[in-house]
This record gives sequence, C-alpha cells and structure tokens, in this order.
Amino acid sequence: MTYPPNADPQRERAPDRPGVPVTVPAQRGGVRSVAAERLRAAATTEPGRLQVIGAVLALLVVAFGAVTALEVSGRASAADDVVTRSQPLSADAADVYRSLADADTMAASGFLAGAEEPRDVHEQYETDIKEASRLLVKAAASTDTSSPSGKEITTLNELLPQYTGLVERARANNRQGLPLGGAYLRYANQKMTNELLPAAERLYAAETARLSADSADARRWPFLALGVGVVALAALVWTQRRTYRRTNRVFNHGLLAATAAAAVVLLWLAVGHTVARAELHGAMVHGQESLDVLNKARINSLKARANENLTLVARGAVLTADGTQDRYETDYGTGMKALDAQLRSAGKLAGDDSPGSEPVARAVTGVAEWQERHRAARSTDDQGDYDGALKQIIGPEDSTGESFARVDEALRQALAHEQGEFTTAARSGRGALGGLPAGAAVLAVLGAVAAIAGINRRLSEYR
Amino acid sequence: MRGTNLRAARGRLRGWGGVTGMAVACAVTAAFTLLPLAHGGGSLGGQDTGRAVTSAVPATAEACTDPEASLPASSADGPTIQKIRERGKLIAGVDQNSFRWGYRDPETRTLEGFDIDLVRALAKDILGDADAVIFRAIPTNQRIAALEHDRVDVVVRTMTINCGRLEQVSFSTAYFQAGQQVLAAKESDITGYDRSLAGKRVCSAEGSTAYEALKKESFGAVFEDEHEDTDQDPDLLTVPNQLDCLVRLQLGEVDAVVTDNALAAGQAAQDPAVELKGDKPFTTEYYGVAAKLGADDLVARVNHVLEDYRRGGADSPWMRSYREWLEAGLPGIEGPPQPKYRSN
Repeated sequence: MTYPPNADPQRERAPDRPGVPVTVPAQRGGVRSVAAERLRAAATTEPGRLQVIGAVLALLVVAFGAVTALEVSGRASAADDVVTRSQPLSADAADVYRSLADADTMAASGFLAGAEEPRDVHEQYETDIKEASRLLVKAAASTDTSSPSGKEITTLNELLPQYTGLVERARANNRQGLPLGGAYLRYANQKMTNELLPAAERLYAAETARLSADSADARRWPFLALGVGVVALAALVWTQRRTYRRTNRVFNHGLLAATAAAAVVLLWLAVGHTVARAELHGAMVHGQESLDVLNKARINSLKARANENLTLVARGAVLTADGTQDRYETDYGTGMKALDAQLRSAGKLAGDDSPGSEPVARAVTGVAEWQERHRAARSTDDQGDYDGALKQIIGPEDSTGESFARVDEALRQALAHEQGEFTTAARSGRGALGGLPAGAAVLAVLGAVAAIAGINRRLSEYR
Repeated sequence: MRGTNLRAARGRLRGWGGVTGMAVACAVTAAFTLLPLAHGGGSLGGQDTGRAVTSAVPATAEACTDPEASLPASSADGPTIQKIRERGKLIAGVDQNSFRWGYRDPETRTLEGFDIDLVRALAKDILGDADAVIFRAIPTNQRIAALEHDRVDVVVRTMTINCGRLEQVSFSTAYFQAGQQVLAAKESDITGYDRSLAGKRVCSAEGSTAYEALKKESFGAVFEDEHEDTDQDPDLLTVPNQLDCLVRLQLGEVDAVVTDNALAAGQAAQDPAVELKGDKPFTTEYYGVAAKLGADDLVARVNHVLEDYRRGGADSPWMRSYREWLEAGLPGIEGPPQPKYRSN
C-alpha cells in the first residue's frame, strides 16, 4: 500500500525528469503538442516506458474483467430466461394445446355416454377449458400483442368461447334426443381441429423457438472476453519476462498476483461456460427434444381418441372426400400412425434412461392394446351392433377408452420426468455461470491494482 | 378383396349381357344354360332357381329407362326367404342418424322412424313377428357392400332408386316419393327454389343432388366455399352431411338449405323455427327397399308387403306411420307413391 499513492505524482513528474527536454509549446501546437512531447519523453526513458506498461496492463486487466462480466451476465440472463421464462412459456403453450385437445376428447366422450354426461368426464372438460383460459391470460401477460405469439393468443381467445358455445348447443340438443346435437358436436370438433388446435400449435412452436433462441444465446461462446483475457495474460507474461531480463529478478509480486488473478478469471470463464454450455445443451437435447416429441405424441393420442369417439357420434354419416371411407375413422388412423412414430422417437431419445424410457414403453404397449381393441370395436360396429361397439369404446373395462387412459397416463409421467430432467440440467447450467460476473469484476480490479503495484515497485528503483 | 372380385366378375357378365342383351332376352334356352353357370361362379352359390334366373334377365339386359319399375309382387317362398325363415330373424340395414326415418333415441337406445316401421312390417309378414329383426346400423358408404357381403338381407335406409345402383342391388317398388326442396327460417323472405335465393348463402351437402342442382341453376345464390374440394375447404356452405346445414342455419352462417324434403322434414322436426319453402320439391326421386342382386324372391315378397302397407287409404299402415313420423315436418302428403312393375 506504500506505492499506489505515488503512482499519480510519479506520472506527473515523469516529464520533468532530467534529459527530458521541456520545450516551450510552439505557437500553434498548444496543449496537444505538449502531450505529444510528454508521450515521446515517456517512450524514450525506462521509467516512462514502465509507466506506460503499467497503465496498459491495468487497463487490459480491467477491460478483461469488464468484458467478462458483461458477456457472462448476458449469457447468464439468457440461461435464466431459459429456466424461468421461455421454457415455462413453452410448457404453458404445450399445456394450452393439450388442454384444448383434451377438452374436445372429453366433449365427445361425454356426448356418447348419452343425455346425462358422466360427472367426471364433464368435470374434466370444465377443467380443461378453465386451464386453457387461465394459461392464455398468463401467456398474454408476458407476450407483446403485436408479436406472432400475441396474435395466436388473440385468435385463441376469440375462438374458445365460440367452441364452448357449440359444445353447449350440442349438449342441449343431445339432452332432447335430437340428432342435431351430434351435428353441433362435429362442428365444434371441426372448429377445434381446423382453427383452435392449429393456432395453439403455432403458439407452441413460437414459444419453443424462443426457448431455442434463448438457449442458443446462453450457449454462445464469450469470444471477446476470452480474447481480451488471453491478451491480458500474454501482456502480463511479457512484462514479467522483460523485467526478468533487465533486472534478473525472477518474481515481481504485484505482477505475479495480477497474472494469477487474470488466469483465475480466464479459467473460471472457460470452465464455467463450458459446463453451462454442456448442461444447457443437455437440457435441450435430452429434456426439450423429448418434451417436444412427447407433447406431440400426447396431442396425437388425444386427437385420435376424439376421432374414435366421433366415429360413433357421426354414425357413418360423414365420409371422406372420395366417399369410400368414414372420415373420422380415417383421421383416427392418421393420428395413430403419427403417435406410433412419435413414441418410437421418444423411446430413442430416452435411450437407457430407465425412468424416462419406462413410461414410454408403457405408452407403446398401451397403444398396441388400444389399436387391437379399436379393430374389434370397429368390426362390432360394422356388424351393426352399435351398442356393443359403444361398450367397447367408452365402457369402463376392456374398452379402448381404458387403453387410451393408460397411454395418456404413461405419457403424462414421461412428460413429467423429462420436464424434471430439463429443469435440473438447465438450472445447473445457469448455476455454472453464477457468481462469475461479480467474481470477474472483483478479481480484475484486484489484478489491475496488483499490476500497478508491481510496476511501481520497479519505478521506485529509479527514484 | 373377395367382394371386389365378385363385383368385377358380375360387371364383366353384365357388359357381355348388355351387348347381346336382346339376343339373351329372346333366346330363353341360352339364358337357361349360360346364366346359371355364370351365377354359379359368382356370389349366389347354389341358391339359384330357374324362376330367379328368368326374371333376372330383363333387369340386367335392357337400358335403364324406368328404374322404379320392380318385380311383380308375390308372396311365394324362395331360397332367400327360406334362409331368413331358418334363421328366424330378418337382418335389416338401417340408418340410426336420420331423424324420423331411422334414428337411435339416445335416451331409450332404440331405433325408431318411418324406415324402422317398414322393416317391422316386413318381419311381421315374413316371420310372423314384428320384433324378429336384427337391426344393423350401417353407414351410407356401406349400404351396397353390406348387401353384397350378406351382412344384411335388406337395406331400408332412405335409399334412392337409380340406374347406377340397379347394377349393384335390386330394389323394391318405391315406398316414398321425395325431392329437393328449400328449407329456411319461417321469417325468411326466401320463397323457394327461385329468384328469392339471389345473393343468399345456401347450404348443401357435398356431392349431393342438391349441390348438383345448385350448380346447374343457383338463382344467384352463394353456395360454394372458397377452396372447394381441397384441404382448405372450410366446410361452411357445402358440408359433409345434410344435418350440418341446419347447424349453419341456426348459427346464422347460411340463409337457406337445399336438401331432400324427406330429410328436411327431419330437420324441421328438430327446429320449429324453420320450414320447407315452395309448394313442392323441384326434383322427383323415390326411395326403395334394397336387396341383394338376384334375391328376387325377397324383392317380390317386399313388394307384396308394400302392397298391403299402402292399402287402406287414410288408415293404411303407410299413412299411420307417415302421420306419426313425418307429417309434422312434411305436411300435405295424401298417400304413398303408386308402385310400378316391370311389364314382361
């Protein structure tokens, strides 16, 4: 602490040192030429050079600290966004999507059961609609209305009451025993399938894209900080080599401390970021990709279930465009095929991770059972035994409804597991960057002070 | 697979029969020797009798000019009737989604309607018990296949008699005369299939007779969706099922519906605020009971039952069923259509 106070006076005194020609400023040169003269003087004498070197070293180290703090806080806030904002938003969008698909499935199931809907099915429908509205309000709060996501949220908010209105009309007509109820229900399903679900899907895609962008931001290498760090370290090493050559002294404590500080920051930066990167990458690959596939699988299973129910609601009255096939049966087949493919890729993504792959395997078994029972129910219906088919579709036991519930539960568990995986990995990625900005700043200031101290020590030898 | 092969075989036979039609009709010997052979290789197995074959000839041979003309009524037993008797139940393919015709009441879970009454009358006559019926609800696209694959004995399902179908199934005499008509709100200023439709949004079922009629003459009505027949088709003005039109009408998305008046009667029965517009339908079509091609004993028997069903004036079973199911939505019908029989 003896040296620093001298630092400034020294620099002041430098130009006055003997041998430095103190020229009277030229008439036109003014202050600028005085400064130039001083610099030239500084560059030509050893103390002068030392002062410049000290200043440059301090600056480099401080700059390193500042750039590190700045870049890493950018990464850390992106990582924080991933954990606290964009992933939850993406998960919420997936929930909106799922709730809507589930509501449609429940509406069809309840309808099939007759004039009096089973209480639990009706409650599930109500819960789904409430959940979707709640999440839409929540999403709207954190979304700019003019953004693509904002527009989808507006669309969904407009369509949802239309949809529930149609379902209520379907119920009212069904209660009176009018086939018009079935037509209303099919119209509600058409609104859901052609307008609401695509909007929800776009919202989910937009939120997931935002998540990917945030995650990529967090994972971008802090090249500037690393570059400045390397330069600062190189400068420190070069200075010490120079000192060693001129004085034959091996250690200059100040410079050594500065080097240590810079090295620690650089190492911390490199390791911390590498770990954060790896964790965030893992979160995306193992967590988010699985979540994405599983979300889509779950929605396809819901759509397939709704179509399976509607096959019975429509009672063969709605055909495909070419008039040869039942439209809902065809859509069911398409949905099941997609579900199958998605479960296969979910299985691959889960790999050997048994808590992850076990529910997926259960879902696969459930789907196989579902398809088998569906075929049986279909042939019952084709035989003209509508009541028998109804039992095989919505009955409490050995029905496709039971298989569907099994698949849905398995997918719910798989999703919960993957969500956990994601959050854990993303949190530890964010944690790897924790304290780095502050640490870098403190260490850089200490390093700069130490560098100046080290140089002053040398300078004092010229006094 | 088996079904398509059979159909192809029969088609080939018929094409051949068409070319030499007159020759076959004249040369009874040729009919007796060739046709049983061909049928034997087809779907009817050993059930054929001489009677069935001879009467099948005119149906397959001549150009279709009068599709409503059916076989003369007869209560004689034949192989198809025999089979039904042995089974003890008549298997009928019906609709369960057509209000007032064939509809499954969600409360009672039983089928009811004008078509269902007719099926029960058939069972009563053939088996002596109106309840000796197995109802099989079959979708629209399965009507012909169900007959061809012997899944049902008869189809009674608002099925229009036409020449195209006569190549695949046999029809009884007409049991109902229907036609396309305009349905709109009672308050509406639309007066029928006329100029009052100008500028109105009119709904019809995809690919239906109504849609074809509008295509020919729409009176300036808007009746086609944007992107019609593509994946983006919004299904607003042309819809998968005629009942969907009533949904659009109630929601105010269309101003009128063009559909079969028989089905429109079912729609009007579900919504007291709508009615059929115009005095009468602007097309004429007839519903018939369909049986498997060649099941001539059954067709003749159905015609026999229909004779009784029509008989009795205002108190005939036909009129009683009409009053119960259809009159509310389709008032003003005084009796069933007159049957037409083939003259040979």
